[in-house]
Amino acid sequence: MENLKKTCLYDRHVAAGALMNPFGGFMMPIQYSDIVSEHVAVRESCGMFDVSHMGEILVTGPDAGAFVNSIFTNDVSKLVPGHIQYGMMLYPEGGVVDDLLVYMMPKPDTWLLVVNAANIAKDFGWICQAAGAWNVKISDESDNFGQIALQGPDAGKTVSDVLGLDLSDLVFYTFRMVEWKGTEVLASRSGYTGEDGFEFYASPEVTVKIWDAFMEAGVTPCGLGCRDTLRFEAGLPLYGHELGQDISPLEAGLGMFVKLDKQDFIGKAATVALKEAGLKRKLVGIELADKAIPRSGYPVEADGRQVGEVTTGYHSISTGRNVCLAFVETPCSVPGTEVGIRIRKKVFPGTVCRKCFHDKKYKK
Amino acid sequence: MEGLLYSGSHEWVKTEGDMATIGISDFAQKSMGSIVYADMPDVDDEVTKDEEFGALESVKAASDLYSPVSGTVMEKNDALDDEPGLLNQDPYANWIIRVKMSDPSETGSLMDAAAYAEYLEKQA
Repeated sequence: MENLKKTCLYDRHVAAGALMNPFGGFMMPIQYSDIVSEHVAVRESCGMFDVSHMGEILVTGPDAGAFVNSIFTNDVSKLVPGHIQYGMMLYPEGGVVDDLLVYMMPKPDTWLLVVNAANIAKDFGWICQAAGAWNVKISDESDNFGQIALQGPDAGKTVSDVLGLDLSDLVFYTFRMVEWKGTEVLASRSGYTGEDGFEFYASPEVTVKIWDAFMEAGVTPCGLGCRDTLRFEAGLPLYGHELGQDISPLEAGLGMFVKLDKQDFIGKAATVALKEAGLKRKLVGIELADKAIPRSGYPVEADGRQVGEVTTGYHSISTGRNVCLAFVETPCSVPGTEVGIRIRKKVFPGTVCRKCFHDKKYKK
Repeated sequence: MEGLLYSGSHEWVKTEGDMATIGISDFAQKSMGSIVYADMPDVDDEVTKDEEFGALESVKAASDLYSPVSGTVMEKNDALDDEPGLLNQDPYANWIIRVKMSDPSETGSLMDAAAYAEYLEKQA
């Protein structure tokens, strides 16, 4: 049995009777009541998630900005303090080490990298190794941060009512340090659900206080089960499914977060070469006509042979459609292409479609 | 439920002569959560004891169904096509398939209600 970690909110989840399961090396709540009602709460009002399992890596020092830009696909030279960028760290061969958020902190030469729980140790090692001669200091601050995501159309009003914070001026992918009950909290307008919302980073003690305040106010606690159904509907990738060591961000349709016109970064040459050679496969959406549900790993077929594989699939809660994300050979990636998905013993007909099943409702 | 026989994979069987009606236990429907699709075999398909004969899909995942007996599918519960959630509402009233058993003695290895209750307790 692997040694599972607990977040600062573990006792709260157990006391509330949440179904707990391992995820990314942590014992995490999968659902409190049921996935459907938690999903609907986020789409229609708001819900909160314990995302304290996410990793926080701090990069500081005179070279910090230039160093981060040398390991990151997006262009942080375009950032100003209080702004966030999404992007990836790549291997020299062009596959993905991890996808992450980069926060340009108000303090000079200070950058916060927020990474996937399962990849914390790998990422930290990767970043330290890449640092080489750069004049930077790198520290894994994951255990010093708790994190709560409040997501949904009512998130702004809830923050103001419950925490007494007016964050209405923050647009999506910006943040600021706020004072709450005498302590500093990083309040970020961001999330992983396709809805408007906030993510609060604070010490473990303060994180528990924020959670309790939201609970007392009746905010719906949500587990990782609906976090996955929500991010899936919004077409947001999950490392290990739509992203991985053998997947280029270009294949995953994330080219807008890979700035091939900026300075050199690890994986740039391989990505440029792949782009010039042409992509052999692409991530697409597929909708099934039937009621069967495509799941991760199921083969996608066309003309009697396998042309791809499902990465994530659900009976979509918000749309009622049976849809999936899948990598398919490029000729099959055109919307409207008829394909089949092998589900157990039968092949079910499907149609290639957009890979965003629910339009994002971010505050621009 | 008295009068039913149970498999270790949480299917129940009710026998009348060489006919077996098969469904899933309350424990099974509770652990799956909201069932959104029932993948059932067709009439005249052969099923084999302890082998997969279909699957139930919840939001989270697919769970295979294992046949507690061998035989030929005589009937499937078409109501589940439109309303798979019936299995959550009452997993005993809402059966999945009816099978004409090729070897009714196979039911000898199944558990009665008391043995199944004990089995569940051991699993907890």
